[in-house]
Amino acid sequence: MSAISIAYAALFYLAALVLVVGLVSKIAQYWRTPAPLKIATTPAPMTRTGAAFRVAREVTIFESLFKGDKLLWVFAVLFHAGLLLVLVRHLRYFIADVPTLLVLIQPIGIYAGFAMVIGLAALLARRFLIPRIRYITNPSDIAMLLLLIAIGVSGLFMKFVHPTDILAVKAFFLGLMRFSIQPLPVHPGLLIHLGLVAALMIVFPFSKLLHAPGVFFSPTRNQADDPRERRHVAPWAAGYDAKRGF
Amino acid sequence: MAAKFDTPPLNLDHDVPDNPALTPDSMAHSRPFLAKPEHQEPLGFPGELVDDWHDKAIGKMGELLGKYRSLQVYMDSCVKCGACSDKCHYFLGTGDPKNMPVARQDLMRSVYRKYFTPAGKLFGSFVGARELTQDVLDEWYTYYHQCSQCRRCSVFCPYGIDTAEISMAAREILDHVGMGQKYCNEIITKVHKIGNNLGLPERALADTMEGLEEDTLEDTGHDIKFPVDVEGAEVLLVTPSADFFAEPHVDGLIGYAKVFHQLGISWTVSSEASEAANFGMFIGSYDQMHKIANRIRKAALDLKVKRIVFGECGHAWRVAYSFLNTYAGPWDFLDPRYPVPQHILEVTYGAIKNGGIRLDKEANAGMVLTMHDSCNVARASRMGDFPGGQFVIPREVIKASVPKFVDMAEDTIFEKTFCCGGGGGLLTDDLMEIRVKGAMPRMNALKQVVEQHGVTHMAAICAICKSQFTKVLPYYGMDMNMIVSVHQLVSNAIQLGTNKS
Repeated sequence: MSAISIAYAALFYLAALVLVVGLVSKIAQYWRTPAPLKIATTPAPMTRTGAAFRVAREVTIFESLFKGDKLLWVFAVLFHAGLLLVLVRHLRYFIADVPTLLVLIQPIGIYAGFAMVIGLAALLARRFLIPRIRYITNPSDIAMLLLLIAIGVSGLFMKFVHPTDILAVKAFFLGLMRFSIQPLPVHPGLLIHLGLVAALMIVFPFSKLLHAPGVFFSPTRNQADDPRERRHVAPWAAGYDAKRGF
Repeated sequence: MAAKFDTPPLNLDHDVPDNPALTPDSMAHSRPFLAKPEHQEPLGFPGELVDDWHDKAIGKMGELLGKYRSLQVYMDSCVKCGACSDKCHYFLGTGDPKNMPVARQDLMRSVYRKYFTPAGKLFGSFVGARELTQDVLDEWYTYYHQCSQCRRCSVFCPYGIDTAEISMAAREILDHVGMGQKYCNEIITKVHKIGNNLGLPERALADTMEGLEEDTLEDTGHDIKFPVDVEGAEVLLVTPSADFFAEPHVDGLIGYAKVFHQLGISWTVSSEASEAANFGMFIGSYDQMHKIANRIRKAALDLKVKRIVFGECGHAWRVAYSFLNTYAGPWDFLDPRYPVPQHILEVTYGAIKNGGIRLDKEANAGMVLTMHDSCNVARASRMGDFPGGQFVIPREVIKASVPKFVDMAEDTIFEKTFCCGGGGGLLTDDLMEIRVKGAMPRMNALKQVVEQHGVTHMAAICAICKSQFTKVLPYYGMDMNMIVSVHQLVSNAIQLGTNKS
């Protein structure tokens, strides 16, 4: 077993651990922290089911962003939808017997890879070309885009320029899932690709990528418009009724 | 004070003003007067900047992060996409980049990152983190008082990040280190001492209402009551204190009285709760909002009323509609057939629909109306029993009262409405420049319909909007009397003595 295989196995165990523990603890924090007041941005759905659909629309079709900036919406959809399809395409590395549906989706996943990189490149260009966006950009915002672009480009590089032994890659990841380290091909494109993916997993819970869980917990979006019908009191505010003094 | 400034130019070819060129720090000089110890201490805040302000501020921030999910989630979630960056009326009117909602949030987010996130502790400015210094604190004071908490930015944010939540938290922190704002805290002190924002004592209130009774009798020949502290009345009317004497507010109050009179509903105001406004919201204080809101519960209990109805006021209706049940409920002692609280427009709209009142549009002949959706009503509350009722109901009441109604450009009304520029605790002379500049997008949309459709008047349903527009309309070459109360139109059009129910 090569040192590289062992190092990458260790890296992915670490990355998975950081990602899961980090995200679970952030989600637990959001869950625990109450929203003491009803602050839905109105007009808002009047039922909880309606509010759940509102959040679902934000997550799937970026409803508010569409209202805000149509061009940015196009770039955001290119990137996120592309990323989603690319992730689905990559499931074949983690499933021994690939189901037919996943086989059928493979070619789409390739186009999605291009869509993702094009979307990311456009998002990066905005950060330099639009003065308002340049003003609010931190170095980490650019680093995050470069990281994602590098992941996408290194993946496309392996697909179209310098393929690696994907059967061995699959064996490596199936092995990791059984806590058995299999040899990873020593292929520069692959090592870069996987190293960057692990880096992305590690920074996820410490970065603005927390918008992914955050959107589900946003009170302006997930609350129903029913304050006159239901009394809403946070646990920490329960003692306030007794403080009225009359 | 009153440093010279230029009123921003209008561009009637565009519904929403173009993005201004960035002019960094062009509004850095705009700060409201600091609260004096006599406005701070009665509210439980230190009189002046405390020695350990740094630790106190960070401590308070940590406390708020644990109490408000909004703050915690919004500090983490922003991706700096910029969808909000051209949505704030203060940015459009000033070009100061710190008035972009995301940049305004970042004034606090940068500190959050430094003290509350591993990334900020390790990588500092790479992730936009910075120490809380006195300059930063001053910057908070400056720019969190250039936010009217109108929530327009939150409409367009893909995560619903609401800058109002952040500016409220910032002001709460500033209050706790001794940097309160004079305007808000002086007014809250007055509410506790006297019962209303304007410091109108009980005797003066009773005299004013008596005067209104006499004037209305003279004008209409009908004995329309303006009751104060009447025990056993059906309705407790809670209305902004400006309604008692300011123009055009008071014409709205006369309208409410005529509607109640015509419907045969007995009502009263309370001298102890003679104020709908709740400035506790502007300073982000749960404690103050709770105290101010419970004056209304106490008045309702003392006067043994069956219903609570609010007059025309924007942020007050937000606190009433969205928060009153939380702070001052449950309302099990009131008549369960009516929502608590009700908006006066819900009462009037219902009465128009069921024939309880009749309106003659000719009474307002010559008027062409448009409607300014007040930000807190539009984006933080509702009227009626369907989403968007807050847009439909006032318009239906206006249309029933005047011969012609025209809406302003669609990107400037309903949920996309522009703030008047004076909300959120900014309605003070020491902030005149930002108020005038922030009014520009609304003034632009108004001027469009004035020129294209001959609009003569703009109706508003908020005391702050009415006062703000009265002040800023002349800066844009328009007549201050263009701004009217919705119930002023009702007051003119209502047919008294007919169809009495």
